[in-house]
Amino acid sequence: MADVKTAAYICKGCEIDKRVDVAALSKAATKSGKMNIVREHDFLCSAEGVAMIQNDIDNEGVTHAALCACSRRAKTDAFNFTSIAVSRGNLREGVIWIRPDTDAARETTQEMAEDYVRMACAEVKAMQVPQGNQNTGAVKTLLVVGGGISGMTSALESSKAGYKVVLVEKTGALGGWAAKLHKRVPTREPFKAPEDNGVSDLVARIEADSNIKVYLNATIAKTDGAPGRFKVEIAIESGAVANEDIGAIVQATGFTLYDANKLPELGYGKSPNVVDQAGLEALANAAAAAGKPICRPSDGQPVNKVVFVQCAGQRDNSGTHLPYCSGFCCNTSIKQAMYFKDSNPDIDTVVLFTDLRTPGNGEDFYRSAQNKGVIFSKGVVSDVSAAGNACAVKFKDLILNEEVDTQADLVVLATGMVPTSGPDLDQLAEANRVAEGGGEEAKQHVVELMSKSVLNLTYRQGPDIPHFKHGFNDSHFICFPYETRRTAVYTAGPVRRPMDIMQAQEDATGAAMKAIQAMENAGLGKAAHPRAGDLSFPTVRLEGCTQCKRCTVECPFGAIDEDAKRFPLFNESRCRRCGTCMGACPVRVISFENYSVNTVGSQIKAVDVPDEFSEKPRILILACENDAYPALDMAAMNRHEYDPFVRVIPIRCLGSVNTIWITDALNGGYDGVMLMGCKHGEEYQCHFVKGSELGRYRLSKVGDTLKGMNLETERVMDLEVAITDIATLPQKINDYAALIKSFPPSPFKGF
Amino acid sequence: MSDLNQKMAAKYQNNFLKEIEEQAEMGEWVKMCMQCGLCSGSCPTNFQAGWDHPPQELFMMIRAGKRDEVLKSNSMWMCTSCYNCYVRCPRKVPVTHVMHGIAEYAYRIGQSPKNQPTQHLSKTFWDNCTKTGRVNEVKLTQSLYFKDGIGSGIKKAMEMQSVALGLVKAKRLNLMEAVGLSHKCKDIKGIHAMLAKANELEAKRQADKAKA
Repeated sequence: MADVKTAAYICKGCEIDKRVDVAALSKAATKSGKMNIVREHDFLCSAEGVAMIQNDIDNEGVTHAALCACSRRAKTDAFNFTSIAVSRGNLREGVIWIRPDTDAARETTQEMAEDYVRMACAEVKAMQVPQGNQNTGAVKTLLVVGGGISGMTSALESSKAGYKVVLVEKTGALGGWAAKLHKRVPTREPFKAPEDNGVSDLVARIEADSNIKVYLNATIAKTDGAPGRFKVEIAIESGAVANEDIGAIVQATGFTLYDANKLPELGYGKSPNVVDQAGLEALANAAAAAGKPICRPSDGQPVNKVVFVQCAGQRDNSGTHLPYCSGFCCNTSIKQAMYFKDSNPDIDTVVLFTDLRTPGNGEDFYRSAQNKGVIFSKGVVSDVSAAGNACAVKFKDLILNEEVDTQADLVVLATGMVPTSGPDLDQLAEANRVAEGGGEEAKQHVVELMSKSVLNLTYRQGPDIPHFKHGFNDSHFICFPYETRRTAVYTAGPVRRPMDIMQAQEDATGAAMKAIQAMENAGLGKAAHPRAGDLSFPTVRLEGCTQCKRCTVECPFGAIDEDAKRFPLFNESRCRRCGTCMGACPVRVISFENYSVNTVGSQIKAVDVPDEFSEKPRILILACENDAYPALDMAAMNRHEYDPFVRVIPIRCLGSVNTIWITDALNGGYDGVMLMGCKHGEEYQCHFVKGSELGRYRLSKVGDTLKGMNLETERVMDLEVAITDIATLPQKINDYAALIKSFPPSPFKGF
Repeated sequence: MSDLNQKMAAKYQNNFLKEIEEQAEMGEWVKMCMQCGLCSGSCPTNFQAGWDHPPQELFMMIRAGKRDEVLKSNSMWMCTSCYNCYVRCPRKVPVTHVMHGIAEYAYRIGQSPKNQPTQHLSKTFWDNCTKTGRVNEVKLTQSLYFKDGIGSGIKKAMEMQSVALGLVKAKRLNLMEAVGLSHKCKDIKGIHAMLAKANELEAKRQADKAKA
């Protein structure tokens, strides 16, 4: 580019000028950084300082600016220059706040500051101004899959926010499970009695809403495209296909009850008087319709005693049944016990539980049931068998520590929720592999798995959202609920995790809001969470691509498909800008305008590496910008000091680390490289879900490289960092620095 | 079995929870227990050794219909009325009062354990202090010491001799009480009338309950 003009700005505020020699920093920016303009300012983030920069942009034609002041996480509003490329040199949190103000420390502190100035200059010169994704679509219609409580709530909330909604329901009526409930657990004060299920009201509101288009008896046949420009084919009852342009998707496909036929020991299938919770709702509805009390199915006689068995086929550690708690069933049993007590207080209702869990305002409901005379016993049921028209129930009373035999007219099993989350993608991939060239049976297996697909995405990575735990489509449950590994597809309700109606409605509202954000951002060519608003996007130099397919396989969000010539085809709107593809690419042809192999590589090279006799080692830290870098910033705010020989470079995700950076650093004479990324695995905290895991997998291969270079393998260290590790992180850095100092200096210095 | 006990057992048949709810004072709270065990955990008496059953277990036994075991249990009599459980119960069950209610009911229908020391103390104390409106300390002590016979009574009295002498010296104990020259309240008749009325009211209430 012909008209690149670079500038470095060095702030003297926040006592930077008292701690370091600012004139020397300017000199570093001019001589090593080779910046066209270098300016110092007493208070760079002040209106006056910002105006100075703006003036240079407007009148001097500055296109690239290195702002050497505080952390890139600070003063982002003041330093918001969208028309130019900007890098930040972290002199405050990165240098003066983590170093002691002593004469002995002055020299190393100054070296640190000069390095950060040089790094900022080098980085900005390798950057371009992000132009925003041009390959975008501006459709603002939301697709909601599933017409239960969650789906209807999502549709209504989106409509309220002014968006068009297409609601697809596979059965012939809206309402889902909730429509089958005789009554629901109370939702408002005083939480004492079951209330109307509220479905008819929601359905009426949907039908009256001109923003919402409903397809009944319909499924999603195909979902193609990307956020803001999804092309969805909906298979409707007549066999015809309806086409809809969609901006974002909420998947609210709910659950089915765990199959009680798998619980013969609890009498299901052996006696008609053993039912699951849905079975009891049906009995209650039938009884209400006939104007009679609930009767036992075997002979239609009135029920005198009911036993509710909690955790039937749930919270099972043996691996046979569901390992988790579904969370709604205790309240449901309490509600169902009230069906009996409210009609006739003399009916014995016993709830056998091991841990009664009543989330929300369920505690008031529980108390109300106790007041009505429902008996709660802590016990584990071992056997239910038919005894004439009654059932014999064997259980161990855990309070009185004894085996008890009792009789009941009706036994209700509280089975849990199984998500309707589509096929498991790993299973499907394996089935596909077997079916390739395999027999008819193997092919049939693929068809069977595909028949379970909900979204039928045309993505290379599979037709649905990847499963998380126990088949649920959950994402990180605290930091970013609703998020999935398919951009602009959000999950809500029990498909995400087990929950009750109230939670599902809250969930559905949240997911709808996220989906609207995603559509809007996609329309503007911006990224969605966690780099919301980021205008950069990955570009690939196809002439260098070897078609190794690593990027298409590793992208945590399935953003990369394959074109007809088997080159990677980037769907920028699906991309979250984590850079995992960039880290994966062995030929390094993938880059972002403001984040590339070069922007980090040039920073690594910009650091001044003293010779081996100086006793000043250099340690490179690549720190994840989501957790590790903020933790370091907060450590600085708390004035936790750490070693002056480290140089920290923020990275988007551990997954974006290209091993060339490590090799370059070691070849360049660095004595060690430390990588800081989020926790991975089942309890992951990675903001890009799989990024840190993939990054770590790649790092596990670095050991061989080190051995090949005749270096100690401990020189490269991978550290798991959470954002809360504020106090411990500096200590870990110091421990690592001490370890590096115990090794001889890197033999690559000076080459 | 006493008549009343048989009558009650017949009346409620297998529904002991209902019997406690209707007959024992504060018995209606038993169903509200949620088995958290905070009462047992808070109890400062060493109930593991001395109690037949901790409170929440006793409540569970009532719900499980274990009539004889509950009524004959010594647990209710071991309570020192410190009110720790009462204060801490997350369900606001007045555990202390419920225990007393069950104890009183067991005593009333003649099912409480015989020779239970606390029960004996309660009865002795009550009879002693209602006589004159004030406690006759010497006689109270005597009847407690000699509960198990003359030999053990003398032994206990000898053991406590120095304490008694100290109390006398400090004029906290009047030995003349032994011969009936005790301090009494000014209006003994009034006290007796008051107690008689209270007894009458309570008897009526219980008769009503038994009838209902």
